[in-house]
Amino acid sequence: MTLELLLLVAAALFCVGLFGALTQQSIVMLMMGLELMLGGVILGAAAAWHYIAPAAADGQVLIVVAVTAMALEMAIGFAVVTALFRSREVDMTDMAAELKE
Amino acid sequence: MEVTVFWLLAVLAVVGGVMVFRFDSMARATFSLLASLLCVGGLVVLLGLDYLGIVIVLMMTIEMAIMAVFMVMYMMNPAGLMPMTMMHNKKGAAVVCGLVFVLLAAGILLAPWPARRGKAPADPTMELGMSLMGPQMLTMMTLGMALFATIVATVVLATRRGRYDRLGDDLRARRPEDPVRGGVGR
Repeated sequence: MTLELLLLVAAALFCVGLFGALTQQSIVMLMMGLELMLGGVILGAAAAWHYIAPAAADGQVLIVVAVTAMALEMAIGFAVVTALFRSREVDMTDMAAELKE
Repeated sequence: MEVTVFWLLAVLAVVGGVMVFRFDSMARATFSLLASLLCVGGLVVLLGLDYLGIVIVLMMTIEMAIMAVFMVMYMMNPAGLMPMTMMHNKKGAAVVCGLVFVLLAAGILLAPWPARRGKAPADPTMELGMSLMGPQMLTMMTLGMALFATIVATVVLATRRGRYDRLGDDLRARRPEDPVRGGVGR
């Protein structure tokens, strides 16, 4: 177990999540991709804390921020999907394109 | 032993992540994501951050349970009884993700990482608490405000009735028109 190995696992998780976020049409599935990306960030921060600066708490604080971001993303994402579905019966990104206009 | 657990969790985390986008069943996709994130929590525990690892495990378990409910609510084929794909621009995304991974891997393998400085405190949780209540107080306050703003925003977005529904088009109604009476003095 080394820093590089852990960071590679974190990078793999981030890229799998990025693939999901870029390809998925369903907003809920897109959010799953974002969760995976944040999972990669959490793992990277934990590895950096353990292998580079365990005496400082900054790595741990970054994990707290990422975990909070995960919770906020889920809550706001589901609220947006609910509002969108209620007004247009849409839960797909392609059909929600008029939001940008 | 530690190395075996690491490899087990690492492989399961990545495979679980990949399977999220391969399953037809929404329930399976959700539980695959849960397995992947539980493995991330396990790896965090393995690195000595017991408290944060357990927080991740507990939070993700609840979060994915809620996610499963929303999946069943909104997806057209929640049980996965027929094959379906909900992807667009698969090739382009695969190229972008491949390039990002290669760039990240090159950076990880080529960067001159600094040597380990200091040693882990006996109680990292205490260290985190002291940091959040001391030098990182601004971070903690920002997170608190963000959480509060999220609570307000989610209620506003999720509610069916807005203020114009309650108080009329010109917002001049003396009493809001609510389906159920309640609140102070009403």
